[in-house]
Amino acid sequence: MAGVMGSSIRRREDPALVTGRGKYTDDLTAPGLTHAAIVRSPHAHARVRGIDTAAAAAAPGVVAVLTAADVAEMGIGGVVPVGWLLPGMKTPAHPILASETVRYVGDAVAVVVAESRYQAQDAAELVAVDYEPLPASTDAAGTAADGAPQIHSEAPGNVAFEWQLGDAEKTEAAFAAAAHTVELELRNNRMLPFAVEPRACLAEYDARQGLTLHMTSQNPHLHRLLMTLASLNLPEHKIRVVAPEVGGGFGSKIHHYPDEAITALCAMKVGRPVKWTSTRTEASLTDAHGRDHVTVAELAVDGDGRVTGLRARTHAAMGAYLSTFAPAVPTYLHGTLLSGQYDIPAIWVGVVGTFTNTAPVDAVRGAGRPEATFVVERLMDLGAAAAGLDPAEFRRRNFVPADAFPYQTQVALAYDSGNYEPALDKALEKAGYQELRAEQARRRAEGGKLLGIGLSSYIEACGIAPSAVVGSLGAQAGLWESATVRVHPTGTATVYTGSSAHGQGHETTFAQIVADRLGCDVEAVDVVHGDTREVPFGMGTYGSRSAAVGGSAIVKSLEKILAKATQIAAHLLEASADDVEFADGEFRVRGTPGRSEPWGSVVLQAYLAHNLPEGMEPGLEATSFYDPANFTYPFGTHVAVVEVDPETGEVELTRYVAVDDCGNQINPMIVEGQVHGGIAYGVGQALWEDATYDASGQLVAATLMDYALPRAHKLPSFELDHTVTPCPHNPLGVKGIGEAGTIAAPPAVVNAVCDAVGVRHIDMPLTPERVWRAMRSKEGS
Amino acid sequence: MFPASCDYHRAASVDEAIRLLGEHPEAKLLAGGHSLIPMMKLRLAQPAALVDIGRVSELKGITAGDGKVRIGALTTHAELASSDVLCKHCPIVGEAAARIGDPQVRNKGTIGGNIAHADPASDLPAVLVAVGATIHLKGGGGERQVAARQFFTGLLTTAMAAGELLVAVELPALPAGTGTAYLKVEHPASGYAVCGSAAVVTMNGGKVASASLAFNGVTETPHLASAVGEALAGGDGSDDAIAKAVGEQLSIAEPMGDLHASGEYRVHLAATYGRRALCLARDRAQL
Repeated sequence: MAGVMGSSIRRREDPALVTGRGKYTDDLTAPGLTHAAIVRSPHAHARVRGIDTAAAAAAPGVVAVLTAADVAEMGIGGVVPVGWLLPGMKTPAHPILASETVRYVGDAVAVVVAESRYQAQDAAELVAVDYEPLPASTDAAGTAADGAPQIHSEAPGNVAFEWQLGDAEKTEAAFAAAAHTVELELRNNRMLPFAVEPRACLAEYDARQGLTLHMTSQNPHLHRLLMTLASLNLPEHKIRVVAPEVGGGFGSKIHHYPDEAITALCAMKVGRPVKWTSTRTEASLTDAHGRDHVTVAELAVDGDGRVTGLRARTHAAMGAYLSTFAPAVPTYLHGTLLSGQYDIPAIWVGVVGTFTNTAPVDAVRGAGRPEATFVVERLMDLGAAAAGLDPAEFRRRNFVPADAFPYQTQVALAYDSGNYEPALDKALEKAGYQELRAEQARRRAEGGKLLGIGLSSYIEACGIAPSAVVGSLGAQAGLWESATVRVHPTGTATVYTGSSAHGQGHETTFAQIVADRLGCDVEAVDVVHGDTREVPFGMGTYGSRSAAVGGSAIVKSLEKILAKATQIAAHLLEASADDVEFADGEFRVRGTPGRSEPWGSVVLQAYLAHNLPEGMEPGLEATSFYDPANFTYPFGTHVAVVEVDPETGEVELTRYVAVDDCGNQINPMIVEGQVHGGIAYGVGQALWEDATYDASGQLVAATLMDYALPRAHKLPSFELDHTVTPCPHNPLGVKGIGEAGTIAAPPAVVNAVCDAVGVRHIDMPLTPERVWRAMRSKEGS
Repeated sequence: MFPASCDYHRAASVDEAIRLLGEHPEAKLLAGGHSLIPMMKLRLAQPAALVDIGRVSELKGITAGDGKVRIGALTTHAELASSDVLCKHCPIVGEAAARIGDPQVRNKGTIGGNIAHADPASDLPAVLVAVGATIHLKGGGGERQVAARQFFTGLLTTAMAAGELLVAVELPALPAGTGTAYLKVEHPASGYAVCGSAAVVTMNGGKVASASLAFNGVTETPHLASAVGEALAGGDGSDDAIAKAVGEQLSIAEPMGDLHASGEYRVHLAATYGRRALCLARDRAQL
């Protein structure tokens, strides 16, 4: 249908979701359902001397109590694996139920299955675990220091891996020759992923059908694969994983956790369906966290204000065990982004991944790219100050020029396209940058709330690819996507996509792609996802990949379908297929007005098969696997404006301008929604969120009474705009937008606050007290 | 969020509630439930029994007379925030109540439950201390009254005896020429006060007749800054006088601290917002 691409049609998902009719995992039930409660360690580090389950087993309604001994008895793998291997990396086993040692608060030691959830919860309290507490190690960098408690005997010094990228010598030379150098020590604060829907699963097992697992998954096939290979060892075709409505993930529902394997195990053991749903506190303790870097970063600048070198050394906490994709996050998703939007001739980055007695850390919205962008964009402000240039001018001077694409960075990535100045210009103009600077000067002279303006010119790499390259870097999976498009005899169509949506609106945007190419109504297209029995093997939804990779797979199938349909049409029109074109819902013979066949009759003929070209198979559907040639590279510039109370350090974000370039937009309203959510997520990290562990290994803010998520009334109306630089290597010219705001916002906000109060740096979150102390230490100096 | 099981009793009257408390000494009173139920859900509280007084109608409502305002214990925060009687006689109570939680919390949470729970970061305690409220209690032995300034005895503890029910809060109707202000720095997660500053200033003939200042969230019980009020009395109540009184007379020992705000910072907030609240109250007194 003409005009359907780029149209802000309403999300077809929403009427059910916003009226409470969406079916999430916890809404599902099954005949004879039982409920699981998982017994978790209250200690960050302890030896398990014994587990007494007698009282729990005797409690009312209890069906079974399982421990590691039962896992061993069943003879299954019983571990959750890590799916990204780095050279020399230590990969201690991560048992689904701990038997000898617990390594973080929340580590699972037993599970109670009971007739009701209350009974399961009550009995879980009766499981008596005899712990011998051990000293804990919680700091990303400190854990690698001499004398720190040792977490895994296989990993001396608590080091999981050491990794580096770039040319150390060339970078050293750049620093030696620099006119200005700046150094910054920073901590990228640990975040909870905090999907509104906590993780859950419902397991049903019978010997003939195998295991059916409804669960909160961003990638059902990947979960199935990992359960087959490592945790359950059931044949892959005997596991069906279904993701019903999934209420957000932000990365946390990519990973294979012990919990779904434990629930499946329970169902197999008790012979009845078992449901487990995480409580909010359990979610805080056990969902894989994000960030937690300690970094020392440096920038070298020449006398003309050109950046000549960048160097970063990072300690990245991995938590107690290596989660599914954890090793990739601080390495290939972080180190490779350190060139930002800038032409930097020498870069070196070294990363030490460390074990800590905390929840595992893995991909959370942005995954490595926010950490990299924070380093680059904080350094750019300090570099501008050192060079005596305005931060906007300093950025402009260092952008990769528009005519330099494709651009090979010093940290492996080759940017396929980009045009950074127009986005910066648009952001500055929309913000009224000169007027803001004038107002800032006026307030500095006359008093009042301090005004700060912060820029963030970010780049991200979306749709991690191609598979052969990521495989060479350690990925134990391909990163292509699948799509089947099935055209039905009457001309409507169903898409089966491997991209498993959890709030992104695939059912709407993917239908738009199909309607656009087939010239049909959007309502004539349905989209199916999230069920390993329905859709071909797919990789799932994360890393802003769905439009660029999943959407392109759909286009590839549509091209096959149109090629076949064109042959049928040519046959019916008695013309050569080369002379037949498809437009406005009909096949026409080029240059011969009046000779045409409508889409519907061609499709019907494909299924009637009464009059098909010689040797052609009936039917009209196609399956494709699209493996991209490269990442996509969205970019943009964001501007944060803050007011700071000079007496108390309280920060108010008064304006937020975002100019993003995600290439072509399929549905601008959905793009805008992603930008809104992304900015809120990033502002939350900058101002409020702090998943800090105390020295004993307790998560300090584990409930919503303590852990501060962004609230609507604390955020201004976002002022959005965009530029369009299509991706040159995928058929839709799309790039991805789900993480842009989260990547851009933290440095924009921190730059603004530092600009307001005139200090070099304040660690996130920028609590009033931290800002107040920064102002005080400045006065004292 | 699955509380442990407990017995449940519903009282229809104050006397029945007192009788039930006598019969079930292990029971906790349930009013609006907005402090107790979250703790039960986390199993931080596992009372063996609940006595629900939520439907005791004699505990509801706000009445004025004899220079006093009487607030029934079951009056909700939303009712406090929208009360014309309070707005006329003691507006700071409504101003503070409007800052509690969110609309759902204000629609269910009650003044009696709030102050009986005695959360140090709650909004109303310092307000009641600043205005000099009186708490009415009733138990098996009859009724008694405790001044708000003596009511809060420690972290989550009050002067209430076992088996007693908080029936009402009595406020003085503030004299003409009085201005009040409640300023709050709220915790970004819970919305509770990191520092809540309650100020009452009565002006007479261009002079401060009386002033009082109290804080939530800084110490384990509401902190009444008596010396600040005394220093202001008789003076002109100028910005400088207020800054001087706060600067010289505010002294807070043993402040609370946590990850979000240390004790030192809370004391700094108290000095800053105490000054601002007094200035605002003075301005309102002169309107």
